[in-house]
Amino acid sequence: MVDKNQLRIATRNTGFIDPESVESYIAVGGYQALGKCLAEMKPADVIDLMKNSGLRGRGGAGFPTGVKWGFAAKYASDTKYVVCNADEGDPGAFMDRAVLEGDPHNVLEAMAIGGYAIGGNKGTIYIRAEYPLAIARLKLAIQQAKDMGLLGDNIMGTDFSFDIELKYGAGAFVCGEETALIASMEGNRGEPYTKPPFPAEAGYWDKPTIVNNVETLANIPAIIMKGADWFSGIGTETSKGTKVFCICGKINNVGLIEVPMGTSLKTVIYDVGGGIPGGKEFKAVQTGGPSGGALTYKDLDAPIDYENLVARQSMMGSGGMIVMDEDDCMVSVAKFFLDFTMDETCGKCTPCRIGSKRLYELLDKITIGQGTEADLDKLRSLSDNIKDTALCGLGQTMPNPVLSTMRVFEDEYRAHVIDKKCPAGVCADLLEFTVVDEKCVGCTLCARVCPVNCISGKPKEVHVIDQAACIKCGACLDKCKFDAIIKQ
Amino acid sequence: MAKINSLAELQKKRDELQAAAAKTKNEKVIVNVSLATCGIASGGKEVMEAMKQEAAALGINNVEFTMSGCMTYCFAEPTVEITLPGKEPVVFGYIKGDKAKELVSKYIKSGELVDGVIPASYERIVF
Ligand SMILES: Cc1cc2nc3c(=O)[nH]c(=O)nc-3n(C[C@H](O)[C@H](O)[C@H](O)COP(=O)(O)O)c2cc1C
Ligand code: SF4
Ligand code: SF4
Ligand code: SF4
Ligand code: FES
Repeated sequence: MVDKNQLRIATRNTGFIDPESVESYIAVGGYQALGKCLAEMKPADVIDLMKNSGLRGRGGAGFPTGVKWGFAAKYASDTKYVVCNADEGDPGAFMDRAVLEGDPHNVLEAMAIGGYAIGGNKGTIYIRAEYPLAIARLKLAIQQAKDMGLLGDNIMGTDFSFDIELKYGAGAFVCGEETALIASMEGNRGEPYTKPPFPAEAGYWDKPTIVNNVETLANIPAIIMKGADWFSGIGTETSKGTKVFCICGKINNVGLIEVPMGTSLKTVIYDVGGGIPGGKEFKAVQTGGPSGGALTYKDLDAPIDYENLVARQSMMGSGGMIVMDEDDCMVSVAKFFLDFTMDETCGKCTPCRIGSKRLYELLDKITIGQGTEADLDKLRSLSDNIKDTALCGLGQTMPNPVLSTMRVFEDEYRAHVIDKKCPAGVCADLLEFTVVDEKCVGCTLCARVCPVNCISGKPKEVHVIDQAACIKCGACLDKCKFDAIIKQ
Repeated sequence: MAKINSLAELQKKRDELQAAAAKTKNEKVIVNVSLATCGIASGGKEVMEAMKQEAAALGINNVEFTMSGCMTYCFAEPTVEITLPGKEPVVFGYIKGDKAKELVSKYIKSGELVDGVIPASYERIVF
């Protein structure tokens, strides 16, 4: 693992500097980028630099940051807002928290740069209340920066002023969507609204607003200091720079990683991630959380970038990577994510509110052995309908876990509905525990551990499991020392 | 705290801080404990305390303790980075139980490596 597969730009200081000390940040070149913008660049130059760097939003959609800033700069207004989206809430994602807790000034500095570029003086960080340490460190950092004249009025002796406040989210996934986030910040129900107008034109309090993700922002001071060419030299044709991922699940090196765009999935799983525990086979990895989809063993050579993931019915998302091995059932995985989105739908539009429930029910039916082939077609057509008709990104991407798993694991779905079997051995209702006559020595151990006493047989004779009574707890399988019990 | 009134002042401040840090690095052992939510949850604060006590017990007084955010090695938390004077930093993971004391009595005291070294597998942007 000594070869350097990782490149740390957004997380360059995380784990290296003391996040509670502004001196520690200044010592690694902190606030130099802001100083450089104020002293040597016009706002339009900053926007051009961002455009030329090719930086795209890391919060999910991948919209070019410089272009977004350019829009907001164009609209005249007495007040403009820079909003940092720190609502990170998809299962398995914690990279924004790590950056905020490890390098809070980096994000503050980038917000001020954004404010200077678009002609705004107010910044707001929308952060979930479930991140108390990140909140405490951000508050401290804001205070320290103000005390030193690096935020607040007349930054570094110039006539540019920029202040930042915090707003707390109550932990609804949909509030990460930028229009719902703005509604929530204004004290309204966290429900998305239709765009246009885009926030860049009329966002927070109807003022021009740029909403940027934590990781997007964390790249910015480095881009200003090292230049657009440097940044755009990293990555692929369409996706520049690096991406931070939280890699978890069935992987040896569970953790936070940052790799150049275009790194292959194989490198991420086997080199950086250290492979699959217990010598098991890699099966799939869910990227993009509940909005994303499964990349599979067939995609190992695919370079990871925005377009390549979308082409595989997944998406970059914010950076969760949940790794699955041969013991994971893809129907159950899809069901798990639908369970999440079904809970998190805001209910404003019908395709998402009712569609999520219906998708979940179909998947549930399949996992308990009551699915039919017609249900597979229904899953597909319902998914397509929801994608086409839901109002916001939550609903539009909700079917991705279903579609992407059906893309490669159709056989597994068919095994559930036709043979009533779960090949991975996960769906309890489809499993059968049986004794292999040739191997059983009649030691009676299994009969003694069975919680429902459904195993019968005399000592030294072959034992038999009463299938009707078996509750599929697996206790007998674990106990038998002769591998005489099988699950299938 | 004195206000910074220009880019030049900021650069001067940076240079001063870097010079001070370089001096500390030459003279002292620097122990950096990962204390983000992840590190704290897995016992990082206790590790820092145990190391402080052990250093005091052994009469080692040239150790500077600092903290940082997440070191990214969830699989090996708690993690501690130790920089001996004039040496490259080394990150140790899995610092559970008596491991914290061992870091002091072995690596800090006599430079003897202990298990759990995590090799750096990244290139880091500095400017
Ligand atoms: C359901 C849903 C949840 C989202 N959650 C987040 C989030 O937690 N953090 C985030 O930065 N963006 C989130 N987004 C994306 C935002 O709407 C928006 O695109 C992003 O904050 C823009 O910043 P960027 O251009 O820097 O990526 C979410 C989108 C949807 C549809
Ligand atoms: S798609 Fe879902 S989350 Fe989005 S507005 Fe409609 S109901 Fe709400
Ligand atoms: S534990 Fe195994 S060998 Fe013993 S009786 Fe049960 S099935 Fe047979
Ligand atoms: S799986 Fe559980 S309930 Fe079924 S036979 Fe084995 S021990 Fe009994
Ligand atoms: S999130 Fe910090 S070590 Fe895992």
